[in-house]
Amino acid sequence: MNKMTISINLFAALQQMFQYQFMQHAFEAGTVVAIIAGIVGYFVVLRRSSFAAHALSHIGFAGAAGAVLFGISPVYGLLLFTSVGGSMMAALSPRAAHRDVHIGTVLAFMLGIGVLFISLYTGYATEAYSILFGEILGISNSDVLLTVVAAFVILSVIAVVYRPLLFASLDEDVAEAKGMPTFLLGIIFMILVAVATSIAVQVVGVLLIFSLMVTPAAIAQQLAKRPHHVVIISVAIALIATWLGLFVAFYEPYPVSFFITSIVFVLYLLVRFVYRRIKPLKVSQTGFQNDA
Amino acid sequence: MTTTQSGIIPTPIQPNVITAQDLVAGYEDNIVWRDANFTIDRGEFVAVIGPNGAGKTTLFRLLLGLQPPTSGTIKIFDSEPKRGNPQIGYVPQRHLIDSETNVESLELVHLAFCGHQWGFHLSAKSGRKAALVALNAVGAAELAHQSLNALSGGELQRIFLAEALVSNPSVLLLDEPLANLDIRRERDLLQLVNNVVRSRSVTALLIAHNINPLLPFLDKVIYIANGKVATGRPREVMTSEVLSALYGVHIEVLHDSRGNIAIVGIEDHHPLHHALHHVDE
Repeated sequence: MNKMTISINLFAALQQMFQYQFMQHAFEAGTVVAIIAGIVGYFVVLRRSSFAAHALSHIGFAGAAGAVLFGISPVYGLLLFTSVGGSMMAALSPRAAHRDVHIGTVLAFMLGIGVLFISLYTGYATEAYSILFGEILGISNSDVLLTVVAAFVILSVIAVVYRPLLFASLDEDVAEAKGMPTFLLGIIFMILVAVATSIAVQVVGVLLIFSLMVTPAAIAQQLAKRPHHVVIISVAIALIATWLGLFVAFYEPYPVSFFITSIVFVLYLLVRFVYRRIKPLKVSQTGFQNDA
Repeated sequence: MTTTQSGIIPTPIQPNVITAQDLVAGYEDNIVWRDANFTIDRGEFVAVIGPNGAGKTTLFRLLLGLQPPTSGTIKIFDSEPKRGNPQIGYVPQRHLIDSETNVESLELVHLAFCGHQWGFHLSAKSGRKAALVALNAVGAAELAHQSLNALSGGELQRIFLAEALVSNPSVLLLDEPLANLDIRRERDLLQLVNNVVRSRSVTALLIAHNINPLLPFLDKVIYIANGKVATGRPREVMTSEVLSALYGVHIEVLHDSRGNIAIVGIEDHHPLHHALHHVDE
């Protein structure tokens, strides 16, 4: 990447940046991914499924490695492996709360397959690196298109399952007693996470998926207590981090994912420690205390 | 699924809300209790009492249609229990809300009203109104915009009660709502449940460890212990004879001057203290 001086004029800087097609693609894919990750991330946080999101991205690594081995775009391998892996996790353990062991079991098996694929593929070093840490500046036109299609599917599904999924995530026992299909919702949720993870991997990579899928929603949850407000803030944080990360990375010779993760982390620290000082939350009480 | 609007109670006279005949409950080969025979009438306040693991929650699971009886019959409003019965409001036994779950009370109650509906609905005014009415009914209107993780145990139980009441059910199933409450809040919550029962003619079944705080309010007791079930008015069930027969060992039921009951002969009860509650398996 050319080393350029940052212009005082933001508009001129943006114009300069968007002359490059790879930057256009990066912004397009990054924007779509940030929106999706911000939304799906809220349900991940609400269901305490961040380990599942983490595991799915690693499972995606095996799929991506397999796709590279067979000479197709890694994102197809990601989609296939994460969807299958996610469904397996949800089916093996119907209760969200007890899922960790099952997830870990599926994760280890899938990662083993990934290791096999890598050993079979000879020229893997750069490919593996971009899967692990993201390669948004190398994103192709067709990848952008696929990202948009995947995002559209995710948004459509969420529009349909929004309230039942929200209620089942908040209060699984009552949802079940009310006759809601909690098992099916669990599987739908995992497939949503799988698809969202697959497209987010292009931006931040397998290892850094938390920075877009979990942390923005976790930050947003500190700032608002109505679900749709949290979702909006979560999306805004993911967008700010992605845009700012891309912008800075255009001028500095360091990886985009480093900047995105750093921005998200700084926001996390600010909200966790500074915001809480300003507006302390009551810690949940166990009873035997006055609440009058 | 249909929900009835607040204020309209759909009741042709239904004297027996719940009937159990030779009811046997269990999981697969494992029988938890057997030979339960009882009827519960409309507007009755019933305590489900018994030691840990006796199968109190199992009775709720049968009524909710979450598991079938091993044998015998159980009927609710003259039909077999089925999952998703809108006439039942359910408050499961719960541990604390995760301290990270920063969601306001109104949203939870609102979702209990419309959470089963698919698709988007941005202007859900009727749902919010129903949620506010339910919060009002449990005296928790001022908690509407409080986050669940900022509430005390007693406040949370009131929110959960509102969550169960929002769809205007005819039957309330409350699983250990008194766990983790101090004596004053225990009393407040029972008074509240009693008001709901009496003012709306709702039938309430409440699982508890200790019958004493409930005694002023109860119509009936379902006492589950040792794989057996005894039912009746509190003074019929809480006797040395009935409980001795239930447990199969000699048990003495003593009364103090304020009408409190002390049960001597089994380890599980500490009725004159506020017992520390354990989680039902």
